[in-house]
This record gives sequence, structure tokens and C-alpha cells, in this order.
Amino acid sequence: MALRELSSLEKYLGLKKPNKYSTQGDKKVPVLQNNNGPPLVGLGTIASHLVKVAKRPNLLGDSAESRAVVQQWLEYRVTKLDGCTKEDTKAILKDLNLYLQDKVYMAGNQFTLADTFMYFGIHPIIVDLSVQEKEQYVNVARWFDHIQRCPGVRHHLPPLAVLRNRIYTSKHH
Amino acid sequence: MKLFVSEGNPHCLKVLAAVEVSGVQCDVQYVNHEERVVPFLSRPALPALLLPSGLHLFSSNAICRYLFEVSGKDSSELCNQWLEWEATDLQPALLQALHLAVVQGQGSEVSKVLQGPLNYLEQSLSKGNTPYLTGEAVSVADVVLWAALYPVLSDASLALGERASIKAWFDRGAVMHSCQSAAQKVLQGKGLQGMKSYMQRQPAPPSSQCRDSQPCNGNPAESEESERAVSAEEMETAALTWSKGLNTCPMATSRQHPILPQEGKRNILLTSALPYVNNVPHLGNIIGCVLSTDVFSRYGRMRGWNMLFICGTDEYGTATENKAREEGLTPQQICDKYHAIHSNIYKWFQIDFDFFGRTTTEKQTEIAQNIFWRIHKHGFLLEDTVEQLRCEKCQRFLADRFVEGICPHCSYPEARGDQCDKCGKLINAVELREPQCKVCKETPSIRSSKHLFLDLPKLEGQLEQWLDKSTSTGDWTANAKQITRSWLRDGLKPRCITRDLRWGTPVPHPDFKEKVFYVWFDAPIGYLSITANYTDQWEKWWKNPHQVELYNFMAKDNVPFHSVVFPCSLLGAQDNYTLVNHLIATEYLNYEDTKFSKSRGVGVFGDMAKDTGIPSDVWRFYLLYVRPEGQDSAFSWADMALKNNSELLNNLGNFINRAGMFVTKFFEGCVPAMELQQEDKRLLALVGWELQQYIQLLDKVKIRDSLRHILNISRHGNQYIQLNEPWKKIKGGDTERQRAGTVTGVSVNIACLLSVMLLPYMPTVSQTIRDQFNAPQSCVDTMLQGTGTFVCSLSAGHRIGTVSPLFQKLEVDQIEALKKTFGGQQSDDEPPKKKKTAQSAGSPPPAAGPAAAAEVVAGIGADPEKAKQLTQAVAEQGEKVRELKAQKAEKAAITAEVAKLLDLKKQLALAEGKSSDPAPQKGKKK
Repeated sequence: MALRELSSLEKYLGLKKPNKYSTQGDKKVPVLQNNNGPPLVGLGTIASHLVKVAKRPNLLGDSAESRAVVQQWLEYRVTKLDGCTKEDTKAILKDLNLYLQDKVYMAGNQFTLADTFMYFGIHPIIVDLSVQEKEQYVNVARWFDHIQRCPGVRHHLPPLAVLRNRIYTSKHH
Repeated sequence: MKLFVSEGNPHCLKVLAAVEVSGVQCDVQYVNHEERVVPFLSRPALPALLLPSGLHLFSSNAICRYLFEVSGKDSSELCNQWLEWEATDLQPALLQALHLAVVQGQGSEVSKVLQGPLNYLEQSLSKGNTPYLTGEAVSVADVVLWAALYPVLSDASLALGERASIKAWFDRGAVMHSCQSAAQKVLQGKGLQGMKSYMQRQPAPPSSQCRDSQPCNGNPAESEESERAVSAEEMETAALTWSKGLNTCPMATSRQHPILPQEGKRNILLTSALPYVNNVPHLGNIIGCVLSTDVFSRYGRMRGWNMLFICGTDEYGTATENKAREEGLTPQQICDKYHAIHSNIYKWFQIDFDFFGRTTTEKQTEIAQNIFWRIHKHGFLLEDTVEQLRCEKCQRFLADRFVEGICPHCSYPEARGDQCDKCGKLINAVELREPQCKVCKETPSIRSSKHLFLDLPKLEGQLEQWLDKSTSTGDWTANAKQITRSWLRDGLKPRCITRDLRWGTPVPHPDFKEKVFYVWFDAPIGYLSITANYTDQWEKWWKNPHQVELYNFMAKDNVPFHSVVFPCSLLGAQDNYTLVNHLIATEYLNYEDTKFSKSRGVGVFGDMAKDTGIPSDVWRFYLLYVRPEGQDSAFSWADMALKNNSELLNNLGNFINRAGMFVTKFFEGCVPAMELQQEDKRLLALVGWELQQYIQLLDKVKIRDSLRHILNISRHGNQYIQLNEPWKKIKGGDTERQRAGTVTGVSVNIACLLSVMLLPYMPTVSQTIRDQFNAPQSCVDTMLQGTGTFVCSLSAGHRIGTVSPLFQKLEVDQIEALKKTFGGQQSDDEPPKKKKTAQSAGSPPPAAGPAAAAEVVAGIGADPEKAKQLTQAVAEQGEKVRELKAQKAEKAAITAEVAKLLDLKKQLALAEGKSSDPAPQKGKKK
């Protein structure tokens, strides 16, 4: 899973030569063999590395603050989203919904790596939501829809219908 | 920039260390663990950093990284990698380790849990050959890892083993100093124990072996976890404790009234919310207040604490006047009548008050008026004029409940003066259209009347200061803290303390003659006056905050009066009153998924419980088993029968009875000699561990959770007997006979321990067991000392008495009859889906057989025959629904058929022995 995400990221970044990855441990943590030094381990670590290689530092945030925010959500992705239980998902969606209330992207007004990897991580959760639930988490749905439509982000994942067009505004359907 | 941290939180250690090392200026604020600092997170997350932009960082690693970056130290890729490893690999292991060491007291298990990550770190450090993780200089990775590991690495007792590179890195000066000072701030020199209160609030880590991590919702038998590993060390310790035997000198002496605080003892004053006198209490009232308090009070006495348990009836107020009018009696007569009813009910439930008084006494007037004058003198009262309805015919001001009229919001014609039953909005009585006096139906007139208000805003500062201290040092249930916080957040307003009534404590102020105190001001003073009626030295309890700990027990609706309003009265009086230290509030108990309702005749009320023929102890057991601790719960007849039959009869009663019978039948009534083998010692260790959990939980007033550990012990015991088959071995050779003796002796001693642990819950059964075994009284005092000591209290040669069964089976038809009696009349306005399977008898399922009986059976185990019938019925009903939908039938008709289908599916699930919860709806698209 993580490997496909990294290769999607490579394509998005326009990296010419695809890297070779392996995994380690039960949790299949990605490992990047590095010619100039020791291997890099961990999804967030490797993703940040790729962004630097591609000379797109803005994807990691354009200020100390936003860099911290991006790293925070990358960590959130691997610690909270990955391996979350059915009960956790409700709380996660609720929190994210509140967080995204006044934001376009995870780190504010700018697209960053946090959007990419939160999107990848939350995709399996959104797949399982009913229409009603998607409406309940309307900010998450809006953000999700926005990200999956950003050119070049989605790659290996199928697009999901998250927002209904409200032709009728009445509550009775 | 503002950094929020809480004491004892290991994550805060990291950020405080990072502040020191990076030298970044930031305002550090200490808050409570429960404080929700980050507005968008539903669970409290600390530490949190409020950034200049107004955004919050809530991950400790992101905060550390940020602090380093603003001080000019960017983090390298290697640094990133260590931080990610810390978050994904080290933290889960650390949390589990801390939980084991701090909450479960199993420090010996820690090294196993941490072995993996520590070895990895050791390897990396020795391979890298640099003083710090990422090179020659300290980086954020060093600080984060150092601080994360500090609690475990600095505790020598955990015996984590020697790792040379880690040790060298850990002891390296540069980081150490800053981290140590951070550790001092967070842990306050208490080491691992400094984190106890934090760790106890955290959900137990998923992979740990701890048993108390699971909520006590279901049948404990269903949530049987894998066997806990017992170390050889634990086994030896348990065997040593066992061999110590009973204390020779009894610790507890019999209670001598009046009980007064004693120097050098833990002096505990217990109050249970005063039940209102105008009605018979229902089961929810009983479990929320008096029964919970009783359990804790009996338990505390066994622990050797000096306890006084006070309660009484709350008798003043409108509702009493109302009831008196209804029954054609005077208020005093009503109070006398109902006080006796309450008193008898509690007696039947074996509530062991030290004193059960009432609020309509001289002492109440004296103390309430004294407090009033003191508050007045200190300037905490305000005067204001209030518009009220007055009925000229009845010659009195009408309390809110005495007025009816048209709702100003929804035009419902029978709205009450305080609230409309239709739209649920709160109403000010003077706003009602066409108001009527409820008694004489005359139209009341609006009159203004002068009243006194307690100036809560003026006391708010004092209150908050005291609350901070009380909630952080005492045991307040989560709901109590949350309700209190929400009151404070909304801001306090002055509260009226006087009423135009007759039945109350008279206001002594000459300008407010003819008025009485409002019950909310008056009633909590009842705790004091009832104590004063118990002893003239009541002030030794109530004006002695340094020696006395006060526990208030109540249901959650009563919280604000005990945490905000009453403390304000006492603070305003400035008389060194004892204020609440521990506030224990339950959630609500429902009746078969609906509410208890006197008017609809739904539910079991205290006076009827004894007419059911079910013993008081069984009632106590079941109510405590479903105690709404942390969440609402429901009383259900079928469940009560199930728990009685499965837990009391088949598990607990069965074990105790067998143990006793073996002694009687195989050893002529004398406890045989015991030669402990490894297996026995292992059992002793398991039982000892359950006992420790029981004590830890009850110390924190987790009454329902600790009950589970009693049942776990008898479950261990039953397995032990089953495995060793003493009834076979007794017929064998000498070695086998000796083995039978050991197993019997150990079992009967466990049964004796169970009798002690049961005492707070089922006092009669507990005594009966000890009577049957002729057990010495001192076993009660011995086993609950300290963290719990399971000793051999019936030693070889001890002669036991006559053993007989403790519990009786509750039969299905008996339960069904009771359910009918107490179910209340079926009201038509209730939507059918609200009712449980057995109640929706209106639409009998196609499958034959009484649905209600199925419910009881289904819980116990699967019923294949029934399941087969139901599968068929579900298929048919499903077909019917599909047909209707295909025909585009009317929506109502489809809905009705779907409801039936769901109901059938639920029954099927029960019959198949699954949980009846429907699977969550998935991806349904319209």
C-alpha cells in the first residue's frame, strides 16, 4: 500500500527514474535504498525526501509553522489513521471535520504533502461511508473531493463520489 | 506562543526538554489532563502549542521540531526518520510498558515489551559511532528520544538489562541537564508514579495483556481473554503471602456511635444525595445514590478507614405541598408517611446508614439560617424584584408547576409553568398565555415580589480556585467534571434563594418575612443538619477540611448543585467548611430501554422489589452489575434472570458450594492438609492479581468494574476444580488423595476470600458463606489490607459448618410474570420500534413460540431450532418487502414491513447467540 503511494507521489513529482523500495517488519514499513548513504525508513521520511529531491520544498510547507503542521499530519497519518479501528474512525472524522471547517488544505491555504498522504490514508475510510455519513462530515467530504480532483494526486486510487448535488433543498427525499 | 502541558504526562516531558534545549521563549501553562486545549479535537490532547497564527500543534514531536526550527536548527532527514520511528515504533511499546508498570503494577513485564525497540536503538547507536543519534551535535531526535525514554531508563527497578551504547548516549551531559529539569517539572520527583493519574486516564494499549482494559458492558464470560502469563516470581510471592495466615489481633473494632474523626486515620464523610420525599424511589434512584454509597462505605470500613455515612429525606418544597394536596394530607403528614416508606425500602436493601435523617428539623432551620446570615454579612447576596403569578382565590404565589396555560412558542394548550411538554422549550411562567391556577382553575394575576439572590459571579474566582484543587487531587467522575466545567464556561449568574411558599425553612431576614429558602439552597444544608441530629459534635466533620475527606454520591443531574452552587454557599459563609473532595456521579439507569415512570406505572419501585420474592442480595448484585458507571445502562428482567443464573448460580454459587461440599463429603468436614504445587501457586497468583485489581478499582469507586474481578476469581476456581477432579482423585492412592486434599483446601480458602470480597455487594450472602465455613471474623480484616493479601484463613484441621446452596434459579415463567406486572400499560403513542422484541407483541412474528421466552434462552446460548424457523421467517419477510418495493407501494406500508423484518433479524441474531446489534449500514446510495 505504502509503496504504491510512494510511486504515485513520484509520478506526481515528475521524478524520472522510479526508486526501488522494500519493506521491513510486520507493518510493512517502506525502506528506500540510498546510494549515497544508509537506507531511509518510514513513509513520512521517504516522502519528505522525495519532495526535496524533486526540488519542490513548498510541498513541505513554506514557513516554520506550516512545516510543523505538515509533519504533524504526516505523523498523524502513520500513527492514527493507519490501523485505526471502526470505533476510532468516527472520532477521527469528527475531529477532521471540525479542523477543516475553516481550511482549504490540511496546512491552511496551500496544497502540501500532508494533503496527499492524508488523502491516501483516509481513502479506505471514505469508501465505507454511507451517503448520510458523508453529509455528516461535510468538510472532510469537501476537502477529499477537492484533493482527489487535484491533477496528478489520485493515481492509484479510484475516484469516489462524496458530495451529492442538491437539486432539491427540501429535507424530504 | 503558548505551550499547554499537564503534570505527569510523559509527552509533555519531550516538549519541556525541547524548550530548554532550544532556548525558545514561550509561555508554559499547566492545565488539567482533561482540559481540551485544541478546539477541534474531541479527546484532550496534551501537550499542545498555540502558534502565533492561532493554529494548534498537538503532536509532541511536531512541537519539538518546530521549537528547534525557530531556534535555527533545521532537522535533517535522519532526524525525520528517528522522529517517525519514535512515533510509530517506540511510543506504542512505551505506552504499553508504562501502563504495565504504573497502572497494573507489573514492572517485571516491562523489559519484555521494550526489548525490541531498545535493541534497535542500541544497534543503531553502536553502528553509527557518533555521540548523538544524527551526528556530533544534539538534534531534536536526541531530545525527543531521550525524554521519551527517561521515565523507564531512570527507573532501576524495571531491570531493562545492560545496553552499553544506549547507556553512554543517555548519560551524555549536554541533553541530560535540560531533560532532567523537564522531568522534575513533569514528574515532580515521583518517578513513574508521577504519571499514575495520567496513565489511568488513558485507554489501555490494545496489545497489552491487561484485564481491566475492557469495559464491563457484556457478560464477563463472553469477554474471556487469553490467560494472563504468571511469572515464577509472582507465584512465589503469592505462596509466601498465603502462608502468612491471618492477623492475630483484629484490626477493626465494632462501630461505636457517634463516629467522629480520629487523629492518624483516614476520616471519610460519605453523603448520598438526599432522596426527595414526595415519591417512592425507583431502582435508578437506589443505584445512583444510596446503594453505591453503601458499597463504598462497607468497603472502606473493611479497609480500616474511619467512615461516617449520612443520608436522609429531602422534605421541603413545592412538590411536597403538591403531593399533600393530592392526598388530602398536611405537608408534615406527607413527609412523615414517605420518610417511613423510604426508610423501610432502604432497610430492605440493607443500606447501612450510620444515620438516616430528614431535613424538616430544628437543626436545619438553625444551620441554614446561620449560613444565610454569614453569606449576608459577607456581602454575597443581591436583592431583586421578580414578576410572579399569584392566585387571589388560593391566596398564594404560584410555583411554576402550579400554573398551566398555552405555550407561547408552539401554542400547546397544556404547557406547564416551567416547560412545555410538547416543544420542550423552557418557559417563564409569566409568559404563558391564558394562565390557569392548577388547583382552582382561576386566572392568576402578575405581581412583583422581592427576592434574594446568591451572588455567584462574585464567588466564581474562589470557586474556580477550589475546584482546580479538588478535581485534580480527588476522584471526580468524568461526567461530574464535565458538567461542572460546562457550567463555569457558560458563566455563573446570580441565583434566587428565596420562594413565596410556606413549606420550607423560613428566611430570617425581616424584609423577607413570609418567604422560605429555595430547596436547592436549603436541601444540601440537610447533610449538615442531619449530621447535627446524629451528633452534637457535627462540626468535627463539617468544619474540618484538614482531617476529613468528603465524598458526595449522586446521579449526574445533581452534579451542579454539589460542585458549583452548594460550594459557593459554603465558601460565601467563610466558616472553614469541609467541601467535597470526591464527587461520584452515575449516569442514568433505564428500564427495559425506556424510562422509569411512576405515572405510567413503568419500572420497579423500591417498595415492590421485595414483593418479587427475589432476595435483596440478588437485587443488589444485579443493580451493581449494571450500575450506570461511565454510561447509561438498562435494567432488564431477562438480563437479570440471565445474570442470576449464569453468574451467581453457575459461576459464583457453584464454586463456593462445591468447595464446601468436598470438605464435608471427602474430609469429614475438616479442611485437609495442603501441599502447594506449581499449579496451585499459579492459581494463588492469579487470584491475588484479581484481588489487587478489585482493591485498586474500589479505591477509585469503580464499583461495577471491580465486581467483575470477583466473578473472575470464581471462574478461575471452577476451572481449577474441573481440571484437578478431586472427586476422582479421592478414590485413588495416597498421592492422589493428598492431591484431592490440596485442591479442596485451596478451593475452600478461595471461597472464603470471595466471601470477604462480596461483603460490600452482597452482605447477607457474604455472612452466610462465612457462617457455613465457620470462618474466623479476622479474615475480613486481613485480606483487604494494603494492596490485598490473599492468605490461608482456613488452615488444615479447621472444622467447617453445614454447607448449603446460596442461590436459586430464576425461572423463565417467573421472570415473564414479573415483567408483565411491572411493564406498565402499553401506551399507544409510543413508536413500536422503541420497544424491545418481547414488548412488541402486537405484531407476532410468523415463527411459532413466545418471543419473550426466546429472549431469555437466546442470551444463554444458541438455539438452533428457533434459529432455523427464524431464518425461514426472515427470508419470507424479505421477499415481501422486495415485492412491496417493486410494486412501489406506499411508503408507510413499506416502512412497517421493514420494521418487522429488522425485528425478525434481531431475534434471529439472538437465537444464533450473536449480539443483537444490527450491522452498521454500509454505502447505501439513494
